[in-house]
Amino acid sequence: MTPNLHLWLIPVLPLVGAAINGLFGKKFSRQAVAGVALCFSGAALIKVLTVAFTFSSLAKPHVEFLAPWIRSGNFQADFSFYLDQLSLVMLLVVTGVGFLIHIYSVGYIWEEGGFYRFFAYLNLFMFFMLTLVLASNYLLMFIGWEGVGLASYLLIGFWFTKDSAASAGKKAFIVNRIGDFGFLLALFLLIKHFGSLNFDQVFSSISPLSAETGGAGLLTAIGLLLMVGAAGKSAQIPLYVWLPDAMEGPTPVSALIHAATMVTAGVYMVSRSHVIFERAPMALTVVAIVGTLTALFAATIGITQTDIKKVLAYSTVSQLGYMFIACGVGAFSAAVFHLMTHAFFKGLLFLAAGSVIHAVSGEQDMRQMGGLRTKIPWTFWTMTIATFAIAGIPPFAGFFSKDEILWRAYQSSWVYWAIGLFTAFLTSFYMFRLWFMTFFGTYRGTAEDTHGDSSHGPDHGHGHGHGGIHESPWVMVGPLVVLAVLSVTGGWIGVPGSLGGDNRFEKFLSPVFHSSIAASGAESHGVATPPEKETESPEPQASHSKELIFTGISVFAGIFGFLLAWQLYYRDPQLPQKIAASLGGLYEAVVHKYYIDELYATLFVKPLIAGSALILWHGIDQNVIDASLDNSAHGANQVSDSARHMQSGNLRSYAGWVAAGAAAVIVYMIWTGTR
Amino acid sequence: MVPIAYYLILSGILFACGVTGFLIKRNIISIFMSIELMLNGVNLSFVAFAAQWHALSGQIFVFFVMVVAAAEAAVGLAIIIAVYRTRETLNIDQVDLLKL
Amino acid sequence: MTHLIVFLLFGALCVAGAVNLLVQRHPINSALSLVVVMGSLAVEYLLLGAEFVAAVQVIVYAGAIMVLFVFVIMLLNAGEEEHTKGSRVALLFGIPGILVASVLIGWVLIERTGSHLLWAGALPGAPRTIGWLLFHNFLLPFEVTSILVLIAIMGAVVLASHPDADQGKKER
Repeated sequence: MTPNLHLWLIPVLPLVGAAINGLFGKKFSRQAVAGVALCFSGAALIKVLTVAFTFSSLAKPHVEFLAPWIRSGNFQADFSFYLDQLSLVMLLVVTGVGFLIHIYSVGYIWEEGGFYRFFAYLNLFMFFMLTLVLASNYLLMFIGWEGVGLASYLLIGFWFTKDSAASAGKKAFIVNRIGDFGFLLALFLLIKHFGSLNFDQVFSSISPLSAETGGAGLLTAIGLLLMVGAAGKSAQIPLYVWLPDAMEGPTPVSALIHAATMVTAGVYMVSRSHVIFERAPMALTVVAIVGTLTALFAATIGITQTDIKKVLAYSTVSQLGYMFIACGVGAFSAAVFHLMTHAFFKGLLFLAAGSVIHAVSGEQDMRQMGGLRTKIPWTFWTMTIATFAIAGIPPFAGFFSKDEILWRAYQSSWVYWAIGLFTAFLTSFYMFRLWFMTFFGTYRGTAEDTHGDSSHGPDHGHGHGHGGIHESPWVMVGPLVVLAVLSVTGGWIGVPGSLGGDNRFEKFLSPVFHSSIAASGAESHGVATPPEKETESPEPQASHSKELIFTGISVFAGIFGFLLAWQLYYRDPQLPQKIAASLGGLYEAVVHKYYIDELYATLFVKPLIAGSALILWHGIDQNVIDASLDNSAHGANQVSDSARHMQSGNLRSYAGWVAAGAAAVIVYMIWTGTR
Repeated sequence: MVPIAYYLILSGILFACGVTGFLIKRNIISIFMSIELMLNGVNLSFVAFAAQWHALSGQIFVFFVMVVAAAEAAVGLAIIIAVYRTRETLNIDQVDLLKL
Repeated sequence: MTHLIVFLLFGALCVAGAVNLLVQRHPINSALSLVVVMGSLAVEYLLLGAEFVAAVQVIVYAGAIMVLFVFVIMLLNAGEEEHTKGSRVALLFGIPGILVASVLIGWVLIERTGSHLLWAGALPGAPRTIGWLLFHNFLLPFEVTSILVLIAIMGAVVLASHPDADQGKKER
């Protein structure tokens, strides 16, 4: 007898908030709008927490049916919700971090126009994301998938009067759409071959199948197509180009959507579909390769960027690459672990960056910052914690998750490990570069000057010119502190065996991923025994020490990055320019993001626009559709013009027509009558 | 003994002449007379069929046709007079104000 | 036999009159031809035994209606027809059409009824019988047509009235 937990409340409560704010928010005061938004997202968080408390008594997975939706022949897809350990982790991350960011946004957006619109969109996003996470079939998940893309578009283009923001929103949505196309094809294949999109049915149909070797086959196709969708949503090669542009949106949006939750939807989806991927080794390899390349690629770009948010954007792309590496080598729980810690520290990084930007009245270029350490201490200390976390320095959160990924990657192929290690070094380097450039040295900007000096950074409408660098209000600093605490402690639930812990996180998630073929012999269904322990039992000590060695190497990579950044951006600030000058063209290419945007523009965008204009607009719209209407109107005109000559006023012609008509009728009557 | 067909053929000829006159003639009064000719042709066929079927109602009908023809002739000629007064012409081709 | 000859004689007269009506240019000639047609038709009716109809034909049609026509021709001083641009439609479609239709009708009628023979005075339509029918079976149409005639009289009077009389009324 499964208890009815009313899981539907979790997505619907933010939806109600979005509706209230969206429909009536224009007339509310800011306090009322903020109150509504916080109330409903907080209510969702409370509901998730209550579910979490009763979680251990539930059967896993806990499926709750809300309402029928599509019943067509044998195909059935309903509004039903699926709760297991994986979705619970995602729920906690989404509602927890989401609620903190809601609180932060109240302060950040307070002076902007469209206050109610922002919170309506934010709540709407929560609704879609929670639907995505709780869905018990791929179709409902796809609704959430599309919906978060929509919310992302709306929020990126929040300052829609700015051309670059509107274009960025469009770019995000369109590139997402390309990924969604792959996702849809995968869904079609699933429907065709398994007759259903429900997780239960699909996974139980696929479980008895054996792994496809040789790279061809249905499951590989499905896996690859799902990966295309994930690449679009989670900004992997080749569909990552929208994420850096998405920084046009307000910083809380970047934190919530483009760091903590939406971009992780791809990782969630791949993890959820692990049953499919584990039986398609070729697809898994592709996933790992894409993740590796993306991680490296984005990290190299990140070391040259000067906009503080762009550095974080490329960092996000790179960290998502890590999560896909983990998925690709079969370490799904490691991927989810990194997802969770990444949500903490990357969310914190973005929020703190927003606080920095707020302090310097809208400036986003790091070259105009510096020496802010003493002026915005709370921001500085929380950002420091986040930076150490992302660099993988123990005992912060990022260390444990990243290390687990690297260890599991090494067990699959040393190439993944080597590239991942180098990327970890780069990550540490560019993050500490950011840290040094922003907080140390002397202040190079101009926000400290006269009172009326408004922002002279990119005019993203955030400057409010009440001069002087000032710490952010408590409504913004509070969430920073909470996230900093999580960044410190969040990794401690995943301490691996080699360091003396018992990796409770992986144990928690193992019932979800227990159907792994790659797991060792004695599988236990539903019993929380980590497979790792099984493999380790023959030689626990040896692999532990090997793991410790690798752990040490990755920590050293992180420290080396810190040292290099210290040298280049603190002790000898002129050195980076000299290096850049000596690298010449290579440096230029990296700074311009390897000209990928330009490449896409020439290969895809411009031909598409030209083709659309030529074929669709002139060819079809004007010459076919408009022309047919015009011509039929013209034709009608001509017909009536010639017909009007019949009414000539000449009686004899009338009589002639009458006589001819009567004759015709008589002839017809005789003809039919005499046959 | 005359086959009824002969009567009917005669009636048809009269009717056809009437229609032809209606189409050819230019004088309004001539056109009117053609109409009367048509009516007469029809009357003949009514009487012929009445004789064939031994139904006196055929002749009654002829009676009514004549009454209506008389009324119509009266009104029509009055209209012709009115038209002549305004248009000063009896040529039907010149009475064509009702055109587009 | 005599029946046939009489029929043919007066039938020819009818047709001649009709054709003459078409051919003549002055309306008065056409009117007089029409009178001839009416008269011949009256004889045809007599041949069929319709005495009353024949009498009415002569009295009403030839005697009243045609006289009315002649009066109007005189009143309006109708002259010979001028040649004006006619209607192509009428000539092209109407005449051939009607000819074809008439031929067809004639052919059908002959096919269907050719065998039936009528003798002279086939259906005697004495005034007494006709009158009885009129006032018993066909009373309603009879009364309605009398109203129709009344309306026609009023219409004719109004339509043909002198326009000065109306203008005189308006000036007041």
